[in-house]
Amino acid sequence: MEIPRHWRINPQRYELIGEECPHCKIKIFPPRDVCPNCGGEAKEEYTFSGRGEVYSFTTLYDGPAGFEEMTPYTVALVKLEEGPVVTAQLTDLGSTGVEIGMPVEMVTRRIRSDGDERGMLIYGYKFRPVGFTTAK
Amino acid sequence: MSEVVIAGIGQFPVGEHWKISLRSLAARAILPAIRDAGSLKPQALYVGNFLGPMASHQSNLGTLLAQNAGLDGIESFTVEAAGASGAGAFRMGYLAVASGYVDVVLVVGVEKYTDMVGPQLEAYTTTAMDYDYEVMAGLTPAAQAGLLMQRYLHEYDAPRAAFGAFPLLAHANGAHNPNAMFRKAITPETYAKAGMATPPLNQFDISPHADGAAAVILTRSSLLPRAGIEQAVRITGSSVVIDRLAPHDRPAPLAFEAAALSVEGACRQAGILPADVDFFELSDVYSIYAALSLEAAGCAPRGEAWKMAQEGVFGLKGTLPISTMGGFKARGNPLGAAGVYQIVEAVQQLRGQAGENQISGARRALVQSLGGPASTAVTHVLERCP
Ligand SMILES: [Zn+2]
Repeated sequence: MEIPRHWRINPQRYELIGEECPHCKIKIFPPRDVCPNCGGEAKEEYTFSGRGEVYSFTTLYDGPAGFEEMTPYTVALVKLEEGPVVTAQLTDLGSTGVEIGMPVEMVTRRIRSDGDERGMLIYGYKFRPVGFTTAK
Repeated sequence: MSEVVIAGIGQFPVGEHWKISLRSLAARAILPAIRDAGSLKPQALYVGNFLGPMASHQSNLGTLLAQNAGLDGIESFTVEAAGASGAGAFRMGYLAVASGYVDVVLVVGVEKYTDMVGPQLEAYTTTAMDYDYEVMAGLTPAAQAGLLMQRYLHEYDAPRAAFGAFPLLAHANGAHNPNAMFRKAITPETYAKAGMATPPLNQFDISPHADGAAAVILTRSSLLPRAGIEQAVRITGSSVVIDRLAPHDRPAPLAFEAAALSVEGACRQAGILPADVDFFELSDVYSIYAALSLEAAGCAPRGEAWKMAQEGVFGLKGTLPISTMGGFKARGNPLGAAGVYQIVEAVQQLRGQAGENQISGARRALVQSLGGPASTAVTHVLERCP
């Protein structure tokens, strides 16, 4: 099991915490040690709003180990309103067809089991269409 | 500085070789390459391999493969750059010979994909992506290509079916390559009816992972045995450029910027323009990657490679043949070995040994290998000796 690895990344997975560059003020996700825009050292936390739109998407009918039980599932590139693009699954799609440009928002869901026989469950961000609500 | 030349080539047919081990597979390319070079004795072996430590539980291939091929006591280690591992090892060999520190180098690309089966194997191929921020979303390399193709169709208003031109030409060329995994042309109907994979990619837009090994011998032209001069091929340009690992971290994911810069670097060193080459062995790992590579190299305007493909520009009789021995689609995709196959195939063309696929008068080749979606791009210019 990769407990330390998954624990370390919880702020990103649960709250979409990235960085704001103290030098050029650009917003960064995922966090980096050096700002991709100005080359300064990046270390100030910034919590993203979780709102964005679909930049591209695809669907997997066969998943790699750890994701077999979730198939079929849709993965998207989501452009956050603050600028960065993240790779994440779309969820709560119901009968909604996915389109490029569709507004989405972050939710926290189970994203994978650890693959170990003890089955540690891993939670993290997915995105759902804005305005789409379910009973649960 | 005396020129670096390819003095010998060897390859083993790409396929599912259940009965052949990783070390033995490598030897089946190494030994023919040494023989082809007139038995020049390698002083160093650079291995291109991607999955060995995971799929075969085997690291330190440099030592194992050298020992098995009877090359005790030489310099040897592995170069890893995902799908560009073989090309990376070739670059290492080029640098070693060009530096003057090594006179004769052996480069082998080897991948033993069929040592295991199942979803875990697919998971190993995802290790070339960003584990924390791509793999944990359930993404795979094919799905990554799906994301890029979907965006391409959106930005350029391209018809999905047009991409069939790439696998069609690859399979047509593979039909005459005895080392190809698939040796049968396909029809447009076969492509149109293929099942969806990771939309908009269908099953024929994805190259098949398989076992394979290919090898080359490099030396300086001044060290060539007299008999070897005629078939030697010069390396006149060599460049490796990286991009950000994940497409989501790039300002323009469709630009394949590393591919563009690496073509630019290799051509500048060779003193040519991309338009001056007679053919282009590119990485058609997915149909969309063929299009993006052509556009990045400047061989097609942005958003239009698929149009040129439909017009036949990239066929053997076109103005810029690509994937001349079947490419990744038909020759097969032996991952870390693929880059060396591409070099070997280009040498076959430049020597006039490409059989029915021979491009008449082929003098200069552009060869490009990609690790992931051009996260790593390795480009070489090869030329026939005058
Ligand atoms: Zn900055």
